[in-house]
Amino acid sequence: MSFNHKHLIDITEYSDTDIMTILETAKAFSAVNERAIKKVPTLKGKTIVNMFNEPSTRTRSSFELAEKRLSADSLNFGGSSTSTVKGESLIDTVMTLNSYKIDLVVVRDKHEGAPYIVTQHTPASVIDAGDGKHGHPTQALLDLYTIWERFGHLAGLKVGIVGDISHSRVCGSLIPALKIVGAEVTLVAPGTLIPANPEVLGADRVSFDLDDVLPELDVVYMLRIQRERLEGAPFPSLREYHMLFGLTEARERLMKPEAIVCHPGPINRGVELDSYMADHPERSVILDQVYAGICVRMAALYLLLGGADNGLAS
Amino acid sequence: MAETPKAIIMDEIAISRAMTRIAHEILERNEGCDNLALVGIVTRGDLLAKELCDRIEEIEGVRLPLGSLDISFYRDDFGVSIAPEVHASRIPFDVDGKRIVLVDDVLYTGRTIRAALDALMDMGRPSRIELAVLVDRGHRELPICPDFVGKNVPSSHEENVRLYLKDVDGRSSVEITDVSQGSRAGSAPLGGDAR
Amino acid sequence: MALLLKGAHVVDPVAGIDGVLDVLIEGDRIARVGEALQADAEVRDLTGKYLVPGLVDMHVHLREPGFEHKGTIESETRAAAKGGMTGVCSMPNTNPVTDNGTVVEYVRACAERAGHCRVFPSGAMTKGLKGEIISEMGDMVAHGAVAFTDDGRGVQSAGMLRRCMDYGKMFGKVFMSHCQDEELVGDGQINEGPVSTRLGLAGWPAEGEELQVVRDIQIARLTGAKLHIQHISTARGIAAVRAAKAEGLPVTCEAAPHHLFLTDEAIDGTYDTRLKVNPPLRTAEDAAAVRAGVADGTVDAIVTDHAPHADWEKAREFEYAPFGMTGIECSLALVITNLVKPGVIDYARMVELMSVNPRRILGVDPVSIAAGSLADITVFDPDIAWTVGEDGYASKARNCGFDGVSVTGRATDVYVGGVATLVDGAVQ
Repeated sequence: MSFNHKHLIDITEYSDTDIMTILETAKAFSAVNERAIKKVPTLKGKTIVNMFNEPSTRTRSSFELAEKRLSADSLNFGGSSTSTVKGESLIDTVMTLNSYKIDLVVVRDKHEGAPYIVTQHTPASVIDAGDGKHGHPTQALLDLYTIWERFGHLAGLKVGIVGDISHSRVCGSLIPALKIVGAEVTLVAPGTLIPANPEVLGADRVSFDLDDVLPELDVVYMLRIQRERLEGAPFPSLREYHMLFGLTEARERLMKPEAIVCHPGPINRGVELDSYMADHPERSVILDQVYAGICVRMAALYLLLGGADNGLAS
Repeated sequence: MAETPKAIIMDEIAISRAMTRIAHEILERNEGCDNLALVGIVTRGDLLAKELCDRIEEIEGVRLPLGSLDISFYRDDFGVSIAPEVHASRIPFDVDGKRIVLVDDVLYTGRTIRAALDALMDMGRPSRIELAVLVDRGHRELPICPDFVGKNVPSSHEENVRLYLKDVDGRSSVEITDVSQGSRAGSAPLGGDAR
Repeated sequence: MALLLKGAHVVDPVAGIDGVLDVLIEGDRIARVGEALQADAEVRDLTGKYLVPGLVDMHVHLREPGFEHKGTIESETRAAAKGGMTGVCSMPNTNPVTDNGTVVEYVRACAERAGHCRVFPSGAMTKGLKGEIISEMGDMVAHGAVAFTDDGRGVQSAGMLRRCMDYGKMFGKVFMSHCQDEELVGDGQINEGPVSTRLGLAGWPAEGEELQVVRDIQIARLTGAKLHIQHISTARGIAAVRAAKAEGLPVTCEAAPHHLFLTDEAIDGTYDTRLKVNPPLRTAEDAAAVRAGVADGTVDAIVTDHAPHADWEKAREFEYAPFGMTGIECSLALVITNLVKPGVIDYARMVELMSVNPRRILGVDPVSIAAGSLADITVFDPDIAWTVGEDGYASKARNCGFDGVSVTGRATDVYVGGVATLVDGAVQ
């Protein structure tokens, strides 16, 4: 078994085996996270920069905790005081970071392709922590981990992704990742929230009717309605959206007994799901996803940074 | 690529005898099973630890708490190479105050044991840790000394000393092979040499 | 002193020439064309080369005044000469906008000082390219503007476009349309389709261009003004122009090498901003349709939409990078390599597309390889194999989307009004 990746940006460059290696490793880190001493010395002496060019408290916290639990030295770089705000280009910022002698950069940026630009100007490994509407691979991996933990397998599962597909960076990684591991993907949303040619991401079908799809699904993945991205009003009101696409107590009876509900967070109660579903003790795995985020990010950092060739271990 | 053994230094019977003797020695040294627990280092030490656990149960009629330890996250050669196959450590008991016998297959540089000690310490505070190994091949790079040894085997750096176990490898033996070019000295991969 | 160009293969569909002939230049005019000419003149042996009426690229951004960090009239006309051009039509999106006679005059003066090629300035259709008030077309015509365009964004209101055409048609100039419905295109970055979805980039749908191609044809019919569709990029756009021509409307169009020879599939996870152009690179089907339009006469001119940008402007996040690529130094080679050599068109058709038609559409002096014509001449070697960008660029900018592409054919000599501006591939 080998893991030959320096960066984690484009999930389609990862094989089924690579993804399972990450999930298995994450499971080993889960054992660490359950201990009283939730820390291992693995990344002692490694320097990791969390370059967050757009705010994201959750993802950054999750990475930060993962880095700390691996004993890496981590630095948060970004926020409202970023040099990019002061007019410095992304490339100049990266070259500045290089002078700190860094080993890995976690990049969050509102522009698609920013992590790739970073790889071209640093010897360090790069993890995409969300770039514009393009991708968010660690989110996809933590979703897979959560689903895998629950079902014990991924191949053949029927996953429905509901909501704002077109503005979702999660979908850019999650849909291809689900395909790689052999799951079946249905997208459910109004036409205004579905991108052109969703099949290129790996979507098996698109539906406008949640009630019609719900009875077949093993996993109902509810996307956040990002109010900040709703310029041009893709639907008439949150009320109508909730009526048509909200996962509610009333709709639960359509679900398979073993079906689960995922959500990348933060949730909008009363919009994409109601409190009954968000807090459902058996079905809702939303908090498991948050926990999985730490384990999966520890695994990704471990696998990318290990070995003499900066991740090219054999 | 299968390695041709230069010599078989322990066969199944020799291994079995050594294990029985170590089981007795552990009981003797610790004056019974009180507060005792076994922790094997993956991926062969855990199997030996289970074997010892069975022997001790046969002798004393007591089933000792048994754990397995993966030391991947504690290795000192992380920057050189990593084992992508990481197993979760399973220590299903509280290590605080326990007398723990750490079990490994082949003791060589001592670096694995150093890592295992750190890993154990991160799980709590055992009252005492002892070390049992099936083979001690010398060449220590750290001040580590086993408490229980199946067999001392003088070896050279150019050689691998590997344990194979029936359950996972189809045969039980300790073999010496030459280190093939480009590969590292260390435990045999599970399921035989074919990778 | 007179100049005798000997032994080149002359191709000129207007004069009906396709064969080896000598050309004698006296002053700024062609004096004689014939076989084995003798004259008291400096003789240049052009055996093995092609000699054609001087090429004109009717869609070029010279960037001056206002954006001299991207390119200057000197640097970009130098690039034009390097590419074999005897003339270019400059776009008005300068700063200040070329929407009055003063800026037109400035552009012409700078071009004259540089002396690399003729510059035919186009003026803005609306003041400040804002789409609100008709620009001073009469003033600009008086100072030498040859056409009107709001290139870069297009006139968004149909009513405004009609007013511009109805007013401006008295000057007899062509109205050139950049077709982009801003409402539909929004902040689209690349062609809307599989690639935009894969890369998460905002889509720029073909329909956003086609809506205005169709609209502008309707308004040309309504007003009777001459319409030229700029950088056409879609199959249905080509179909619309073809239908308009069949109807007999005064409609022409142009296409750029990047829309003929590149597709959006070239844009991948490396987010190469050199491939960010407006209109965007389209699908393979669209490119094939535009090439078919070139072959069947629907497309009148091949232009580059040469758009120099500073390195640091392009070395950015895709969304931040400005639209546009350079191309004037390799368009001739790309056309020879991809259209002439494979037999899609012949050299005569190439001359129509790159010399005859652009001059006709712009209403500037026609050029022919015939006695009495202006001596604007392009000479090229059809067999020189080279790689785009291998020796750098004459342009100030390096954002060429064809960088690294192997091509065949290159301009060796250019004469503008009898003056050599390129000799043996070296800009004079």
